[in-house]
Amino acid sequence: MKSIKELEEIRKRALESVNLRKDSKGTRVVVGMGTCGIAAGARPVLLAFLEEAQKRNLKDIVITQTGCIGVCRLEPMVEVYMPGEEKVTYVKMTPEKVKRIVAEHIVNGHVVTEYTIGAVEK
Amino acid sequence: MLQDLSLHILDLVQNSLAAQASLVQISIIEDSEKNLLVLSIKDNGRGMEASLAAKAADPFVTSRKTRRVGLGLAFLKASAEACDGHFMLLSKKGKGTEVTASFALNHIDRPPLGEMEDTLASLIACNPSIDFVYEHSTSYGKFQLDTREIRAIIKDVPINDVDIIQWIHNYIKEGLDEINGGA
Repeated sequence: MKSIKELEEIRKRALESVNLRKDSKGTRVVVGMGTCGIAAGARPVLLAFLEEAQKRNLKDIVITQTGCIGVCRLEPMVEVYMPGEEKVTYVKMTPEKVKRIVAEHIVNGHVVTEYTIGAVEK
Repeated sequence: MLQDLSLHILDLVQNSLAAQASLVQISIIEDSEKNLLVLSIKDNGRGMEASLAAKAADPFVTSRKTRRVGLGLAFLKASAEACDGHFMLLSKKGKGTEVTASFALNHIDRPPLGEMEDTLASLIACNPSIDFVYEHSTSYGKFQLDTREIRAIIKDVPINDVDIIQWIHNYIKEGLDEINGGA
């Protein structure tokens, strides 16, 4: 059984890795978590972002949620805000798409155009 | 419809967040002797007037302005009542709201519990300023998680640090395995 004491160790490691996101100017990922989003699979998408962020040790990223974004039939939807860039809205998200978006867009700065709302809503 | 109870809970807690709760308490009791599963979500948000509380589970009643339907409570009520259970909503303006749903534990239509560790990890990661208490009991034992206790240990490290969230996720998963008779 895990013990809550293990948190002490994680805390120490987190403090050593400095750059705690105090007023992060980094990337913000917003997942739509209305009833529509949740029913369509928003939770595994959100968890996939958390997992990728941990795997790649991305500290300058905030993953958060909002309610219904308003286009329920395209859920799960995710908005990515990067500093100095326009918001990018990705639709019909899956955990597989998350991997590509993190690698190509969040890490390397290239929007994955084919997953965006603009590409799907032609 | 939502596929399992953990998704219902994720959905209903959104109501608590919208009501500006700072503390959300989630409780699940699985009682095989009484053949009963009871889940409740209690918050200290702004609550509702009695008139709204009485009809909040009506899908055509919602306080939001963007649309005229709200399905979360309606889904849970329908699900509980289809499983020989009950649905109850208690709310006090300025105090908070408590939603309780019960199900016959062995009812063939009872939604599975689903992944509570996923629901809690999502909620805590996205809402670092809110405290969550999660209590779950079965005939094998009881599991409890209180983010206030976690904060007391991690102090200046934010609770939504990805390593902390991962730990919380695994802690819940292991804890639930234990009270489900697994290893």
